[in-house]
Amino acid sequence: MLQYTFKRALSLCLSLCLASVVIFTVVEIAPGDPASFMLGINAQPDTIAALRAELGLDQGKFARYLEWTGGMLKGDFGTSYTYRSPITDMISERMWISLPLALYALVLSTLIAFPVGLYAASKRGALGDVAVIGVTQLGIAIPNFWFAMVLVVIFAIKLRWFSAGGFAGWDDGLFIGLKSLTLPAIALALPQASILSRVMRSALIETLSEDYIRTARAKGLSRQGVLWRHALRNAMIPVLTIIGLQFSFLIAGAIIIEQVFFLPGLGRLVFQAITQRDLIVVESVVMLLVLAVISINFIIDLAYAAIDPRLRHGL
Amino acid sequence: MIKSKKCIVATAIALTTVASTCFAASSDITVAMQLEPPHLDPTSAAAGAIDSVLYSNVFEGLTRFASDGAIIAGLAKSWDISADGTEYIFHLRAGVQFHDGTGMDAEDVKFSLDRARAGDSTNSQKALFAGIANVAVVDSTTVKVILDKPNGSFLFNMAWGDAVIVAPESIEGIKNNPVGTGAFTFQKWVQGDRIELARNDSYWGSAPALESVTFQFIADPTAAFAAVMAQDVDVFTGFPAPENLPQFEADARFQVLEGSTEGETILSTNNKMPPLDNVKVRKAIAHAIDRQAIIDGAMFGYGTPIGTHFAPHHPDYVDLTGNSEHDPELAKKLLTEAGFPNGFETTLKLPPPSYARRGGEIIASQLRAVGIQAKISNLEWAQWLEQVFRGKDYGLSIVSHTEPMDIGIYARPEYYFQYDNPQFQALMTDLSATTDTAMRSEMLKKAQNIISEDYVNGFLFELAFTTVADAKVQGLWKNAPTQATDLTGVSWSE
Repeated sequence: MLQYTFKRALSLCLSLCLASVVIFTVVEIAPGDPASFMLGINAQPDTIAALRAELGLDQGKFARYLEWTGGMLKGDFGTSYTYRSPITDMISERMWISLPLALYALVLSTLIAFPVGLYAASKRGALGDVAVIGVTQLGIAIPNFWFAMVLVVIFAIKLRWFSAGGFAGWDDGLFIGLKSLTLPAIALALPQASILSRVMRSALIETLSEDYIRTARAKGLSRQGVLWRHALRNAMIPVLTIIGLQFSFLIAGAIIIEQVFFLPGLGRLVFQAITQRDLIVVESVVMLLVLAVISINFIIDLAYAAIDPRLRHGL
Repeated sequence: MIKSKKCIVATAIALTTVASTCFAASSDITVAMQLEPPHLDPTSAAAGAIDSVLYSNVFEGLTRFASDGAIIAGLAKSWDISADGTEYIFHLRAGVQFHDGTGMDAEDVKFSLDRARAGDSTNSQKALFAGIANVAVVDSTTVKVILDKPNGSFLFNMAWGDAVIVAPESIEGIKNNPVGTGAFTFQKWVQGDRIELARNDSYWGSAPALESVTFQFIADPTAAFAAVMAQDVDVFTGFPAPENLPQFEADARFQVLEGSTEGETILSTNNKMPPLDNVKVRKAIAHAIDRQAIIDGAMFGYGTPIGTHFAPHHPDYVDLTGNSEHDPELAKKLLTEAGFPNGFETTLKLPPPSYARRGGEIIASQLRAVGIQAKISNLEWAQWLEQVFRGKDYGLSIVSHTEPMDIGIYARPEYYFQYDNPQFQALMTDLSATTDTAMRSEMLKKAQNIISEDYVNGFLFELAFTTVADAKVQGLWKNAPTQATDLTGVSWSE
């Protein structure tokens, strides 16, 4: 196990190094100079040169790469070109929106998917099951930004239950903060819940056809009893894998939803930084997302190995 | 309506404080706009969003723009100009304080002007200060500015947001904590979301009616529509979706203000790129374009046709739209005369605003009708600056030039449309040395004629400035003589 963990950790480090090179190169290749963008069309060439020097953009690319990666090892992402504030602070501030939003959406999608998946599996082939398949198909097909707009029209413009967007902050209490994240979380959760319900349903159905289930039924256990006591636990493995993958998707994938609800989260930060050519912010946030995804994969790998001894040896 | 709702909620929560809460609700306002300032120093970036939040509210200059574009006294209560026009003596208001409690005096004015024109200055409008030879402190409320040569637009230049007066002590933190002399003090900036201002109780001028102001940034046009409809915001300045405006006009809860801007929207033309270097070809393009179709199609009717690079609301404006009437037959004839009977191919590179993207499609089809194939490519602003503005690698583009009184850019042969006319350049040099109003007016009219008759660019329309607001908000600026959301005179009508 120790050797396996070491190997996985090594590959994690290599992936991160490679990712930093790729991210830096790709972002730096993109046309557009942050200093010219900030100073606009009336700026004189010497003014642009002065700002480039102030931002440290007159140094070579290699020197800037070393400075960036060196800083990151110490937990310091550098200073934003446009905002001129430390990127680490900016990211942690945005995390207070993006992370709760992702968690909220994840909890919602799980709370929807579990009963729906269980119900469909227990009614396999019946009308209820067919309805679930149809509705979840629709849930996957509907773009979440469109669904978000529909939610805004109904709950913000017509019913006035929620505001159309923006984030009230956590200072006025958990309820106020969660309320402003509710519509975005629902919009994000819908496709995830649909996917998860289907995975849940098919995993349960597969498990239900296993020999040990038949044995349990033969011993006289009821259909519901088998479902709850035996099938559910075994069906959890693929479901948990999907939940793990969804979490990284929810953090990175909220960019459009954050635009629709004008939430000042990580996605909005990246979006603004790209248009303003705040290259160092783009690089740092993308790097952080890569770190999150790779780490989650690393944990999943370890979890697999803990469950499945074949992975620890041989492979 | 939302105001009274807030009050009801307040009643439920705390009966004892309801009276004060209701009172407070009618003295605060939420103003939304599309773009967020990158930072809060108006003296070191071109971003109009900085001025949209801070101009006049937080920062003030020696002079300032009034809502009709006139130049009026700001921190300088009066000034004397020497007979030869090279010496300006500004008499500052006494007892003006910065928000940090320190006094604003002649030393601060000298510091601000010297900082803007220094060698390492990052002021994006450094040209405004180019003619200053020396700034001297006479006494604590008197400043003497010596110019190299007379400059008829000097007082105008000093009214720009880039020329506001800042305190030396506050420079280090200015990008995140602006300290000015204005009627509102900066409170808080939640980056990506909002900026909060509060009334400055020690303001030198008359106190504003509003106690607190929140600027909210909503980039997406659909989200902007939803936020106004749900009455989450009280005012949306520069509303980004003109197609929704009729709906607001028909709704009694809202008012729609349509005003003018300094934004001349032009079909920028690369005057050095063949065949666009041929004036006949440029003239043909001008006649191929139907301005009204562009205003109707791209701007849903909001915009004023222009025939030269000058704001129609300016007293010196000359209507030269007649020089480029929509006449496809004449356009084809001119193309034939220029040696392109079958037209030619060129590029049309479009930046992100909807006037360019929507307008570009319409112009491309109008050009196609006379045989010109304009290949459209959509660029981000940063790409546009690199390829079109700096690289001059383009045939045609569409841009709104939003700086006030910027006809002088046509005297810069290195500028991205590469128009090089010594006669025009000489005229501009003379203009800046002229202080006589009647003579300046004649020269400005002549300048408008020259560029119109040279068909330097396709002159399309003056960008409209549309604001959607709660029907009860009064005192908003209708026009935008500079990018500003001056809230000093805004109040609720109840």
